[in-house]
Amino acid sequence: MAATDISKITEKSPWQDITEGNQIYGSGTSKAFITGEWRTNTPVFHPDKCTQCLLCTPVCPDSSIPVKDCKRQDFDYDHCKGCGICAKVCPFGAITMKEGQ
Amino acid sequence: MKDTVEIRWHGRGGQGAKTAALLLADVCFKHGKNVQGFPEYGPERMGAPITAYNRISDNELRVHSNIYDPDYVVVVDETLLETIDVTAGLSESGAIIINTPRPKEEIIPHLKGYKGAVYTIDARRISEETLGKYFPNSPMLAATVAVSNVMEKEEFLKQMEDSYRHKFSKKPEVIEGNMQALRMTFEEVQ
Amino acid sequence: MGIRERLSGNEAVAYAIKQVNPDVMPAFPITPSTEIPQIVASYIANGEMDTEFIPVESEHSAMSATIGASAAGARALTATSSCGMALMWELLYVAASNRLPLALTLVNRALSGPININCDHSDSMGARDSGWIQVYAENNQEVYDNFIQAYRISEHKDVHLPIMICQDGFITSHALANIELLEDDKVKQFVGEYTPENFLLNSKEPMSLGPYAVSNYYMETKKAQTEAMKNAKKVILDVGKEFGEMSGRTYGFFEEYRLEDADYAVVIIGSAAGTTKDAIDQLRSQGKKVGLLKLRVFRPFPDKEIADALRNCKAIGIMDRSESFSGQAGPLTAEVTAALYRYKVDSNIVSYIYGLGGRDYRAEDALEVFSELEDVTVNGKEIEQFRYIGLRSR
Repeated sequence: MAATDISKITEKSPWQDITEGNQIYGSGTSKAFITGEWRTNTPVFHPDKCTQCLLCTPVCPDSSIPVKDCKRQDFDYDHCKGCGICAKVCPFGAITMKEGQ
Repeated sequence: MKDTVEIRWHGRGGQGAKTAALLLADVCFKHGKNVQGFPEYGPERMGAPITAYNRISDNELRVHSNIYDPDYVVVVDETLLETIDVTAGLSESGAIIINTPRPKEEIIPHLKGYKGAVYTIDARRISEETLGKYFPNSPMLAATVAVSNVMEKEEFLKQMEDSYRHKFSKKPEVIEGNMQALRMTFEEVQ
Repeated sequence: MGIRERLSGNEAVAYAIKQVNPDVMPAFPITPSTEIPQIVASYIANGEMDTEFIPVESEHSAMSATIGASAAGARALTATSSCGMALMWELLYVAASNRLPLALTLVNRALSGPININCDHSDSMGARDSGWIQVYAENNQEVYDNFIQAYRISEHKDVHLPIMICQDGFITSHALANIELLEDDKVKQFVGEYTPENFLLNSKEPMSLGPYAVSNYYMETKKAQTEAMKNAKKVILDVGKEFGEMSGRTYGFFEEYRLEDADYAVVIIGSAAGTTKDAIDQLRSQGKKVGLLKLRVFRPFPDKEIADALRNCKAIGIMDRSESFSGQAGPLTAEVTAALYRYKVDSNIVSYIYGLGGRDYRAEDALEVFSELEDVTVNGKEIEQFRYIGLRSR
């Protein structure tokens, strides 16, 4: 079975287009689901204050703080829902929250 | 023999009346008959009165109810005569077979005026003499075959020997005892 | 020509399981179905089959593990009765909505309370809306034959639904009777290998199963399930026909017994059908035009087919072996009546409840029903439209 193109299954899809038993074929399909649209508050990263302690990365419920070569990168705003946990956990004030997208 | 012979067994939990009914079904099956062998189930335990049934026929058996008007009744434990109406619905052209050391004359008054044939067999003595223990199944089975004529005695003995050889392949010493119990029963049932 | 044998209903279905040799069987014992996993476990211990048997700690776990095994890509089944199935309740719906083609051999037993171990259909009738295919049997032969057809139906690509193979507790499950078995190779060939297209343990094509469905998706999912159930109708007929070509015993949605010219008909499920046939032969020999519709497949419900078969009957007694406390009919009557109304069959209908909690159903009971149906029609006798038979009453 080819991977399910979830962008083609929407709340407007007729029942015939829903997969059998709502099964989703293929892996990593949640990437295509842009949950970042839900955000009402947005975290802002201040690299100058960041010590790369990486306390923020594991607490992110949406895996939206990518890490490359042992260093955190800027937020994945396609999937960050703006919950603010990362800002709470940061001891150095390197993440602040702003209102809106 | 009628199209379908119906037999009702009365015993107590643990005495093997259900097993005897299944054995009878088994041996009649091997004889080429259509058979049913089934117990009436409840929460019974050791010692509680239990009932089991057989239908034996040349035709397909479709009815799935209990048996209310049997041709034959087999009583594996004579103490049941006091508490259970064992002759209920029993055909007067049929017979009742009772496991007892007592003579028929002593039993008949307990049968609520049943006018059909009454047979007795002392299954305890036969079993203890041939097997050294009390297993009433083999004698009661043989008595039932002898009285009901569901199959020829010789054919029955042959089938049972085959079954015992299969069942007791690791204990051949009990085969002869069981066969002797069957033969003694054929001689003694009256 | 098959193999002449004598087996109880439980032995027969266990033998069919051995011949089919599914991949996984999780089970928890409950009377009167206990013998099925017990006998299967013996077959496995003796090396006669290689099904993975999982002794679980409850029926909830039994159905969960069956669902897990099926989702993983295995051909799976379990067995239960009565309260055991009640404990599986939420998982029954999960198996169906996840579209898993697994099997349950159900030995019908009354639900508590009062606690009772004997036969009625309250367990499976209670689960009639769970999305499972339900197939019932009159005797040991039919439950054996039905199990051999089970996976062919449930695994069909147009169906993918779980299947319940039902038989009457004790009445057939524990009664020794003649049966004709099929040769192992014939069964293997008929059932075939299970090659699921999608399954969780397929590392090359990962998938997700059982996601949350918000309101925007739930209803479309249910519609797809009901379409699959409709598709099952054709598959059941095709498989029943093919089974007949192999075994000489063809199966459809129901059996019509002397129904073609019958004025008075009884509709019934399970072992009581055999007893009713004996009553019908008795009445036919007296010139009475009576017949029987023995329903085999309750889900999917063959509404039009039933209506067509009963179209010319003057009066119909519909017999339920479970209560639904609507005060007007049991579940079978409710559904048959709806079908008759929809397809414009105008007939006198009387709803009977019989055989609850193992109450014996006798040929005399069937004779009474037929006599009443005739009385209603010929003499215009007014009777209760919903009543119990075989009941003690003042």
